[in-house]
Amino acid sequence: MTALRIEGLGVRFRLHGAAVQALSDINLQVRRGELLAVVGESGCGKSVLAHALLGLLPRNAQVTGHAYLGEDLDLLHCGEQRLAREVRGRRLGLIPQSPATALNPVRTGRRLLAETLRAHGRDPGLAAEVAADAGLDDADLDRYPFQLSGGMAQRLTTALALATDPPLLIADEPTTGLDRPLVDHTLDLLRRRCDAGGTVLLITHDLAAAQRVADTVAVMYASRIAEHRPARDVFGAPAHPYTAALLDALPNWAFTPIPGHPPMLTALPPGCAFAPRCPRRTDACGVQPGGPVACHHPLVAAA
Amino acid sequence: MSLVAHGVTAGYRGLTVLRDASFGVAAGETVGLRGPSGCGKSTLVRVLALLHAPDAGHVSLGGVVVSGVRHRVSAALRTRVGVLFQSPRAASDPRLRLADLIAEPLHATGHARAHTRARVAELADRVGLTADLLTRRPHEVSDGQLQRACLARALVHRPAYLLCDEATTMLDASTQAHVAAVIAQEQRRHGTGVLVVSHDAVLLDRWADRVETW
Repeated sequence: MTALRIEGLGVRFRLHGAAVQALSDINLQVRRGELLAVVGESGCGKSVLAHALLGLLPRNAQVTGHAYLGEDLDLLHCGEQRLAREVRGRRLGLIPQSPATALNPVRTGRRLLAETLRAHGRDPGLAAEVAADAGLDDADLDRYPFQLSGGMAQRLTTALALATDPPLLIADEPTTGLDRPLVDHTLDLLRRRCDAGGTVLLITHDLAAAQRVADTVAVMYASRIAEHRPARDVFGAPAHPYTAALLDALPNWAFTPIPGHPPMLTALPPGCAFAPRCPRRTDACGVQPGGPVACHHPLVAAA
Repeated sequence: MSLVAHGVTAGYRGLTVLRDASFGVAAGETVGLRGPSGCGKSTLVRVLALLHAPDAGHVSLGGVVVSGVRHRVSAALRTRVGVLFQSPRAASDPRLRLADLIAEPLHATGHARAHTRARVAELADRVGLTADLLTRRPHEVSDGQLQRACLARALVHRPAYLLCDEATTMLDASTQAHVAAVIAQEQRRHGTGVLVVSHDAVLLDRWADRVETW
């Protein structure tokens, strides 16, 4: 069963005298019980994807396309009222990227959790249990956000998102600032949700994290999906030259940076945006390729 | 030549974080330091960078004691040690254009403008910042671009030692590899001693000559 189906999603921000093309023609499908990892360099549009699905984009954003949650509900066209009453926190949860700005500074962790549980008709007494699931000690719940370390604040936002038990969870860089054991703890927590029938969209720049838990991986580059395939194929036999170059930058691979720079989203070239940095480019690359591997010269034939 | 902490105890207002810790970096080597959150890695970096006075013990640079109880450190000594922090945003003056951010340590030590301009251009090229990016302020660039600027700033005085405190944790794989490559190049040219603090065992195994675990 499909949990989320994104069709032709595009997001464009109008600025004075310029336009930022943050997402171009995104097509993704996530089944129930699947963990999809969206990976890519910073500034490629990963977080805009999360915010577009939740209706949290600023006013100057122009959104096109469709994003169906379950069978019926189009997140992009159902209106703010339905998003607020039915969707956010209830059917679609978010672990936000920056805990420092997501937490109310004048509430303790325990009160934030109790408030969220109560608003969703659950027992506020579960706060300690939900926090423990996210790897947070009971004693730390009586602190205010400014008294928490970055890692503790990150675990608190994770606990808050999980408190409402949403069927689809978007985790936007949920492991930033955590040390390795806690990174693994958080990732395993997301994995267990999927194994229990939940669905998770994990947005991360950490390829090792994606490799550890994802069923499928979508590699984004300059506002587009370069490659969307099962995780073992992406890491075992990358098809898009960008994916291969990104993996080669990892310390357990070649540890070699990709030459050149990603294009500015205000001035995307026509055709494949990776072509200027790509060793396999030809004249054909002046036209944007489509499909699960958006490349005219893939390294392996896409299944 | 080496930068060494000898039996350093340090902390913040009654909270002792480091207790009798000894740690050294020799010229030309890359040392990795790994350990759980809160074990005092960042405090050690601050002490070695001469930014934080130890409560006991001392720091020596090339055999000369440079930090003591009174901890008065000259600008000339400070320029011998460069630091790259985890969050480039917290480490950057939001009012400065990237070019001025990189040049700031030169201005602070009274270098001539002509020299400053040439040095900034040279470093910007090495860390991969375009002329267009140099005219922007921190809020107009990505974390990766800002960390590149902070790396250029840390190298601007050609420090004998460079301390990296989780400096690549928030960067994507390609930017991380590029930052490491720029630092390795600096080390080959000038024999810089490098300390890399990180949680990432895979990164340290690849990057460092030896790794200490706390």
